[in-house]
Amino acid sequence: MLRHQAARRPVMGSAGRKKTLWLLTMVAPGAIWLILIRYLPMFGIVMAFLDYRLPTRKMPFPINLLHSDWVGLDNFQFLFTSDALTMIRNTLGYNIVWIALGLVLAVALAIMMSELTKKFLAKTYQTLMFFPYFLSWVVAAYFLFAFLDPTNGMIVRAQKAAGVTPIDWYNEPKYWPVILTICSMWKNTGYSTVLYLSAITGIDRSQYEAAAVDGATKWQQMLHVTLPHLKPIIIVLLIMNVGKIFNADFGLFWSVPMNSAPLFPVTQVVDTYVYRSYKFTGDVGMSTAAGFLQNLVGFICIMGANAIVRRLDADSSLF
Amino acid sequence: MTALSHRKGHALRLNQVSAGTELIFHIILGLFAACCILPFIFVVIISFSAESSIKTIGYSFVPAQWSLEAYRQVFKLGDQLWLSYFNSFFITIVGTVVSVAICVLYAYPLFRKDFKLRGFFTFFSFFTMIFGGGLIPTYIVCKNLLGMSNNYAALIVPMLVNPFNIIIMRTFFQTSVPFDLIEAATIDGSGEYSTLTRVILPIVKPGIATVALLTALAYWNEWFLCLLYITDRHLYPLQYLLMEMQRNAEFISRNSSVMGAASAEAVRNLPNQTMRMAVVVFIVLPIACAYPFFQRYVVAGLTIGSVKG
Repeated sequence: MLRHQAARRPVMGSAGRKKTLWLLTMVAPGAIWLILIRYLPMFGIVMAFLDYRLPTRKMPFPINLLHSDWVGLDNFQFLFTSDALTMIRNTLGYNIVWIALGLVLAVALAIMMSELTKKFLAKTYQTLMFFPYFLSWVVAAYFLFAFLDPTNGMIVRAQKAAGVTPIDWYNEPKYWPVILTICSMWKNTGYSTVLYLSAITGIDRSQYEAAAVDGATKWQQMLHVTLPHLKPIIIVLLIMNVGKIFNADFGLFWSVPMNSAPLFPVTQVVDTYVYRSYKFTGDVGMSTAAGFLQNLVGFICIMGANAIVRRLDADSSLF
Repeated sequence: MTALSHRKGHALRLNQVSAGTELIFHIILGLFAACCILPFIFVVIISFSAESSIKTIGYSFVPAQWSLEAYRQVFKLGDQLWLSYFNSFFITIVGTVVSVAICVLYAYPLFRKDFKLRGFFTFFSFFTMIFGGGLIPTYIVCKNLLGMSNNYAALIVPMLVNPFNIIIMRTFFQTSVPFDLIEAATIDGSGEYSTLTRVILPIVKPGIATVALLTALAYWNEWFLCLLYITDRHLYPLQYLLMEMQRNAEFISRNSSVMGAASAEAVRNLPNQTMRMAVVVFIVLPIACAYPFFQRYVVAGLTIGSVKG
């Protein structure tokens, strides 16, 4: 195939160039968008090292950067505040727990679903589980509110009816790590279950039969047939998740706790921190610095995770 | 005969988990599935509950009295509601059409083995998945350089390209289009664009459907762009309108003691809670109605997209 093309290339020189040009016009709209919306802002990272001056009529946007003073790493000083430590702890903590919990839960549900003999019911479960994935966090926040609302919420009313002092959910930080975990699992488990289930369905049934003939129990079959087959997809998803370990789902942390200030110690994460510090202090330098660190750490993590996986098992690595 | 059917019945369970275990699986899966859908049903019920019922027994799956009052109030919102509904549909439709066109056009050359810059452009889009400028630089570039502020462009353009969708689309091309087909079309004298539209696109229709659905859902559920770039209420999509209602309600209820007489007036004009639940139903309803039909496309797409990129 390669030799065939190489032999043809000199002859089809101008036609080949024309073809490349035509194909380039197809790539162009997407490429232009990527340059404007993704690559151009990367140069904006320079703002993390500047005392940013707001653009004025005389000095419109890119020009004002030239008039901003270079301040080195001053914008990174926020890292040494307790607020920063809290939000870093929250971001990493939630992500690590959720990656582990999400993996176990989704794999377990997918394996259970693959063992059902009534395929119709399995399909129904899958349809219902996948539903929350398609809703926004704004809507999900209302779902939760229906249970936790301090005056009419179902749980609060039940507590009152039982004679227990109702919990003021939106002012009590200690419950929120659990509530947020439930919310995250509720919305995202269906998605990963579908992925794992389709990987399980792709496994050749004769492997299970062979194992059964050799006397393997169902549990042993799961350990020695199913899980090894799931390994590549688990690794790919893990690398992706590790790369996002410093990113949080803005919608979850912004709208589900209803922006309640007493909850900030457990709901503040990097993304909300960047947004709030820009919105309320207008500190462009510092919020850019925080965002830059977030991206840098994510980049290092994803490259690191991929390198480790490639060393252990080259076929499973992402790239 | 009975022995045979008995043996057959036994054979069916061969290498299956025992009936008891399967029952436990059904209970666990059934409970989880119920948890996924019940909150939505709950909100629908609340939206049809009478205020008086809520005052006495709170939000309940079995309200003491049903009522359409919430929906009457939603319709009284009038212009703002229909405007927001229109905005949501407009953004979703325009965004999806443009986005899918760009995605297909970008992914097609990436699948063409004879495209010399294939490797470069694959990396060019993939790299943005693992590194970026961050929120604030993107915001400043979009707002100050590209003029995205209080216009529809601000709600559509920042989401037009999604590298993940490009990977999905390219994988669809790779798995369903035989390369000989393109060579045959080229020999027949078909231009690149007519090959794409007449020969290739009909084959990858399921892929287009998948990407279109994922994009449409992303646009329908979007509110963050509105939070960033929009202050004009006329441009609010439905999601953001709902969020703003909540914020106003919170603000007034928290400050009612300070505001005194003014707050009594404010509380009277406040959209009450059943009404906000009705707006939630308005948002979820299009998704819930279309869901049974689009689910299989999304499952197919996500399964393909997760295959090594």
